[in-house]
Amino acid sequence: MVQKRRLRVMVAKPGLDGHDRGARIIARAFRDAGFEVVYTGLHQTPEQIVDAAIQEDVDLIGLSSLAGAHRYLFPRVVEILRERKAEDIMVCGGGIVPEADIPVMKKAGLKEIFTPGTTLDSIVAWVNANVKPR
Amino acid sequence: MALTFDKKVFEDIKKAEDRWTEKLKSLKVDTCERLERFSTVSDRPIDRIYSPKDIREQDFDRDIGFPAEFPFTRGVQPNMYRGRLWTMRMFAGLGTARDTNKRFHLLVKEGQTGLSTAFDMPTLMGYDSDSQRARGECGKCGVAIDTLKDMEDLFEGLPIDKITTSMTINPPASVVWAMYIAMAENRGIDRNVIGGTIQNDMLKEFIAQKTFMCPPIPSVRLVTDTVEFGTREVPRWNTISISGYHIREAGSTAVQELAFTLGDGIAYTQEALKRGLDVDDFAPRFSFFFNSHLDFFEEIAKFRAARRMWGKIMKDRFKAKNPRSWWLRFHTQTAGCSLTAQQPYNNVVRTTLQALAAVLGGTQSLHTNSLDEVLAIPTEEAATIALRTQQIIAEESGVANTIDPVGGSYFIEKLTNQLEEEAFAIIQKIDDMGGMLSAIEKNYPQQEIADAAYRYQRQVDSGEKTVVGVNKYATSETIPVEMLELDEELERLQIEKTNRIKEQRNSARLRECLDRLEDSCRSATNVMQPLIDAVKADATLQECCDVYRKVFGEYRDPGIY
Amino acid sequence: MKEIAEKVVAGDVRTVARLIRDIDDGMPHVRDALKRLFPHTGRAYVIGITGAPGVGKSTLVDQMISHLRKNGKTVGVLAVDPTSPFSGGAILGDRVRMQRHSMDEGVFIRSLATRGHFGGLTQSTRSAIDVLDAMGKDYILVETVGVGQDEVDVVRSAHTTLIIVIPGMGDDIQAIKAGILEVGDIFVINKADRDGTDKTMSDLRLMIDMDQKKYKDGKWKPPILKTQAVFDQGVKELMDTIEEHRLYNFKTHGDLPFRKRKDRVGQELAEMVKARLIEEVIGGLVESGAFDMVVEEIVSGKLDPYTACERIVIPVLGKRP
Ligand SMILES: Nc1nc2c(ncn2[C@@H]2O[C@H](COP(=O)(O)OP(=O)(O)O)[C@@H](O)[C@H]2O)c(=O)[nH]1
Ligand SMILES: [Mg+2]
Repeated sequence: MVQKRRLRVMVAKPGLDGHDRGARIIARAFRDAGFEVVYTGLHQTPEQIVDAAIQEDVDLIGLSSLAGAHRYLFPRVVEILRERKAEDIMVCGGGIVPEADIPVMKKAGLKEIFTPGTTLDSIVAWVNANVKPR
Repeated sequence: MALTFDKKVFEDIKKAEDRWTEKLKSLKVDTCERLERFSTVSDRPIDRIYSPKDIREQDFDRDIGFPAEFPFTRGVQPNMYRGRLWTMRMFAGLGTARDTNKRFHLLVKEGQTGLSTAFDMPTLMGYDSDSQRARGECGKCGVAIDTLKDMEDLFEGLPIDKITTSMTINPPASVVWAMYIAMAENRGIDRNVIGGTIQNDMLKEFIAQKTFMCPPIPSVRLVTDTVEFGTREVPRWNTISISGYHIREAGSTAVQELAFTLGDGIAYTQEALKRGLDVDDFAPRFSFFFNSHLDFFEEIAKFRAARRMWGKIMKDRFKAKNPRSWWLRFHTQTAGCSLTAQQPYNNVVRTTLQALAAVLGGTQSLHTNSLDEVLAIPTEEAATIALRTQQIIAEESGVANTIDPVGGSYFIEKLTNQLEEEAFAIIQKIDDMGGMLSAIEKNYPQQEIADAAYRYQRQVDSGEKTVVGVNKYATSETIPVEMLELDEELERLQIEKTNRIKEQRNSARLRECLDRLEDSCRSATNVMQPLIDAVKADATLQECCDVYRKVFGEYRDPGIY
Repeated sequence: MKEIAEKVVAGDVRTVARLIRDIDDGMPHVRDALKRLFPHTGRAYVIGITGAPGVGKSTLVDQMISHLRKNGKTVGVLAVDPTSPFSGGAILGDRVRMQRHSMDEGVFIRSLATRGHFGGLTQSTRSAIDVLDAMGKDYILVETVGVGQDEVDVVRSAHTTLIIVIPGMGDDIQAIKAGILEVGDIFVINKADRDGTDKTMSDLRLMIDMDQKKYKDGKWKPPILKTQAVFDQGVKELMDTIEEHRLYNFKTHGDLPFRKRKDRVGQELAEMVKARLIEEVIGGLVESGAFDMVVEEIVSGKLDPYTACERIVIPVLGKRP
């Protein structure tokens, strides 16, 4: 019997800031939406995140940042994925990202940026619509 | 005993209230209310009206009393803001020490009466700017401090013998404090003259803010070292600011904020007592730091309950004799998590209400968030509006003319009682678990907060809780706010500066100082003097923290969701 | 398929990760890859780690990885976390505790959810073990929450099974007695920094000793060790004890790889056939909705389960009753 593929998503906190309220909430929402969620915990380097994502064979990496370090850290994750020939793993970001930075992030290869105020359900809906298990 | 309502009076009032209730029934009021259930932002149900029945057991002397008298419900100073206004202390920090120094001078010129330093993430986590882990974060959310020279640049030209300084730093608090003391001494100012606060509250880091370095037990030991050193040598310094702010930001309810914060206070007291210190020697130097969130009345009640509870904890539980030990003095910051990126000017209004609640609750100092704080480090203009907000409350609104103006309100007193009762029940639970350290180890507070945060987010998503401009009255247009852009060069400049200092210092002396620090960590003697010597020998922040990491090990995120 | 197997044997991380995903998702093509990989299996030493949630299994695994790496061994980890019965989703949080090994090329960590397709957790975990084995990992650590039969079966495929308890778990020890006591090769009292360690030690001792006769004739008698995983205390001793058990296994069964021992092979084969049959027979019926219809008939009293079972099985067997 062919089993329906289930989405596997990694929720990761790059950088040093410890504000994981958003990351933890989204991890729960993903679980409640029926995804398998791999949570990395805090204080991860982009390299650690990418290695974990590859070993876990996730379809999507969701990065969360609230301390202004997204400008360096988010694109860095995408860059390392490319170096590791794993650019088929989609990356999106969430947290405090100023409007002006969003086009820059997208250009760097992030698929979507979710800013505060986005409902959990709409994030889940976006994932369902845009991320297909590979 | 002095019950507020004697039996006869109460019976008469009750009759009247019963009559009124009957009347409402006949009007079918129940069926035409706006909401099925009215509740606070913490999901506490709120009744239609509060009346004497809600404070029937109230004893004026026991529960309310007068300011500066036990149980301090109404405030800790005898004349409160009629004597001196609260300290308007705006958190500032960005880029390099020189950048922040400029901002400090500006704030002092604008009438600010105390300084408050925000550090960047690498500093907060005990890494120097040249560390691999600091990439992309140097100077981003606060000022980067690597060496004593940075500390000297940060306070250059500021009268640190007159102005007090608050420093929001936790795992490396002892190191940063040592730098501050060393900086003062290099300027010829004695350590017993300087005044200020280091946040230095590690327990709430494990519970909520997650800025941690070493495991809980050695972390608390370092905190206790600073308490001991402060008590003996830096008497005007507040060595811990026991913080509920971050607990609330992590998504707790008002009661959880109250209970976990005071629970942390109890744990620090117990540790200092184990050191052989007398409670009345150190307790007066403990200060607190709360969040002022959206629900106006619940917040006011929370501040009043906190004071009354701490008074009881100190007097009854720890048998403190000095009334100063009974005082709960606190700093307040308006709720960063309540700000919205959408329609950012609304944030000024939110902050105003929150600031008002803090003042009505009797805060000793206050930081008001800037309207753009949710997006980035505030611009000067935004920071000025935030400061003006406080000045308007203080000098135009009239709310500072009398003490505890809301005291005696049926609603406020009832809420105050409820919050106290529920928070004490949580503290009891923590005691039953063997104290805060074991509760943290069992992830009890972490889990409770995670649950509350998820519940609230779901309520916002479903529209049960309103966030103006986000899930109601939303507009599609975006109002551009001016954003502060940081100099991208700053990381390189900061690294160069640190490297220069590293090259020029006396490495033999440095080695010797760091070895003494390590010995002190291992032998459980107070680390503060060895630290002061080390930073004077230009040991960097990270070098000192690496000694901690080496001796005590590193704590890793338990990953509670 | 050949290519997949070759890449796995060459240690290609992406291929391994993908293949485990395919196994977990029940993709039919994996069977071919697994067949090709089988000749490359049998080298790894498999350690099962089981116990109630929160006893410190992941923390212990994290420390075990460090010890094994210090000795130059490569390590694969399979960490199984429960699937939410409500949503079918899962938060796989074991990895958090092991994340410091994420960038070590000698370590491969994979989180699995317990969600069972008809093949069952046991089957897919065993296949994943084979993949890590074929990949060349020296040690494979399998962490499961010791609650269901499935999880117990999973650790049964290990060469050495550790049962982790913590001090003061009176009732839980009773539960162990009922279920998984007999699969334990080594008992570990973790969080030995807590009160009640000695009491738990004597309770456990008593339970194990009750089975005295089982340990006659030089049979392995499960030792009980104390650890403090977060502080890396007692982990070295644990690793030494695992080594002793490995040597014991080796002595008793010769140099036959564990999973090629006759008793094991028989059992695993039977289980595999069962799983495959269920998957093939019921899987198709479920997909077509026929299974549900039969169930409905039984519920409404139109059919008895015995007849229903025959109706399903007989056509497959191709014979009449
Ligand atoms: N006091 C103490 N706590 C431990 C010890 N080992 C693990 N823990 C803590 O127990 C909690 C659960 O650990 P975890 O490894 O996730 O348990 P698992 O659910 O069995 O995998 C974590 O907070 C660990 O830090 C120990 O030896 N002593
Ligand atoms: Mg685990």
